[in-house]
Amino acid sequence: MFDPKSLKYQKTHEWLAPDGTVGISDHAQKEITDVVFVEPPKVGRAVKQGEACCVVESVKAAFDIYAPVSGEIVAANADAAKDPALVNREPYGKGWLFKLKPSKPEETSALMDARRYEEFLASPEAAGGSH
Amino acid sequence: MSTSALLRRTALFESHVRLGGRIVDFHGWELPVQYESILREHEAVRHRCGLFDVSHMGQVFVSGPQALAFLQKVDSNDVGRLVPGRALYSHLTNERGGVVDDVIVSRLGEDRWLVVVNAATADKDFAWFQKQARGLDVELRNESDRHGMIAVQGPKAAEVVALLAAKAPSLPRFGALELPLFGQPSVITRTGYTGEDGFEFIVPNEIVVRVWSDLLTMGRSLGATPCGLGARDVLRLEAGYLLYGQDVDDDHTPYEANYGWVVKLGKGDFIGRSALETQKAEGVRRRLTGVKLLERGVPRPGAPVLIGGREAGKLCSATFSPALQAGIGVGYLSAPLPEPGTPCAVVLHGREVRAEIAKVPFYQSPHLAKKGA
Repeated sequence: MFDPKSLKYQKTHEWLAPDGTVGISDHAQKEITDVVFVEPPKVGRAVKQGEACCVVESVKAAFDIYAPVSGEIVAANADAAKDPALVNREPYGKGWLFKLKPSKPEETSALMDARRYEEFLASPEAAGGSH
Repeated sequence: MSTSALLRRTALFESHVRLGGRIVDFHGWELPVQYESILREHEAVRHRCGLFDVSHMGQVFVSGPQALAFLQKVDSNDVGRLVPGRALYSHLTNERGGVVDDVIVSRLGEDRWLVVVNAATADKDFAWFQKQARGLDVELRNESDRHGMIAVQGPKAAEVVALLAAKAPSLPRFGALELPLFGQPSVITRTGYTGEDGFEFIVPNEIVVRVWSDLLTMGRSLGATPCGLGARDVLRLEAGYLLYGQDVDDDHTPYEANYGWVVKLGKGDFIGRSALETQKAEGVRRRLTGVKLLERGVPRPGAPVLIGGREAGKLCSATFSPALQAGIGVGYLSAPLPEPGTPCAVVLHGREVRAEIAKVPFYQSPHLAKKGA
């Protein structure tokens, strides 16, 4: 379980942990509603920052998950693929999606810290929402 | 979600907000798509009981010496078979046999009828009714704005409604009962849109909140759960019910929608009869057909369906079915019309997902001995 306060976020609601783990925020899982399928990326795949690399589907719709930074996928959460409701129940824990090894660590500076992400959620820009 | 002065609210709007409902714009109405979880609400209806605010639906009261003649003219089903206290699902058809709306007609008295119409089509239907009623001794009253409507659905629905209306559980499937509730003239029908046993309360706006909160409070120990439009859409698609405007419309006939049973060519003349007679004789060139995914994935409306590598049509409605634990959908597939079990594919995110033609309804409730109609 990651502490949401220690994570970095992007506007499309993915979080990035210091060890490279990626998931979606509590706000995003609530917006997406009941997750019924998770299609994680293949381990070994190289992704660019902002690239769609994982699909999370709810009863209502499908949502692309974008890589918060560039890097190589080093792990995918098989548990979340088996029990997609984990993404709703524990978005910062067992519901993580994949882990990547950043190739351009400097890209992290484009992400928001928890406080700025909270402010972003309260802003009109977030109300339009990409999710 | 944006709020607009044009959006309409039902009498239960405040109740939905208090219950944590996620409000969306549904054809111009602010209604909850879900409270806690579509999956949990779906489960409540399949196993216990769910309550839905369906106040956006319209009510047209038809009365007068020629009320029956009028309804027989606009409706493709044989409403003449209804005795007072009975209701019938049917299609209003236009001259081309297309579906003006799908409705439930209740015969309340010898010359008094209630037609429950869809929200998005209420005004269109009423204008159509007025046009077709010219020259007939019939009175039409559009009372959509004066009434709210609550659907109580699920295997425990009869026990829940008994707490408020002791006589309701003795209604047969598609029975209709007039009664006063809190001193206000009301109608309860044993109908629904979920594929489970259920009841629909049609009550004046003044008492909608009381009926809703009493059913929820008194029914809590039986599992009565508030449910949103999200669960409703999944339940109705599993049960093979049409969503007007998405699955059927003025340009699709009941035969094409695979609802030929609502057309009674033998009942005498009605609007669209000759077009439907011709189509029945010639056979349809496209038909609303069920598709079930055999691999992971959630199909969406608009997804192409391939048979033998060739596009046979697109899905109109599609979702993940919690009851089947698989993606399901319906779409108009062109001739040669495929039989259930035929292998096909659905294109999702540019990928061909393995699927097969499925029988509709996708799901039949073990709680209902026989599908009511």
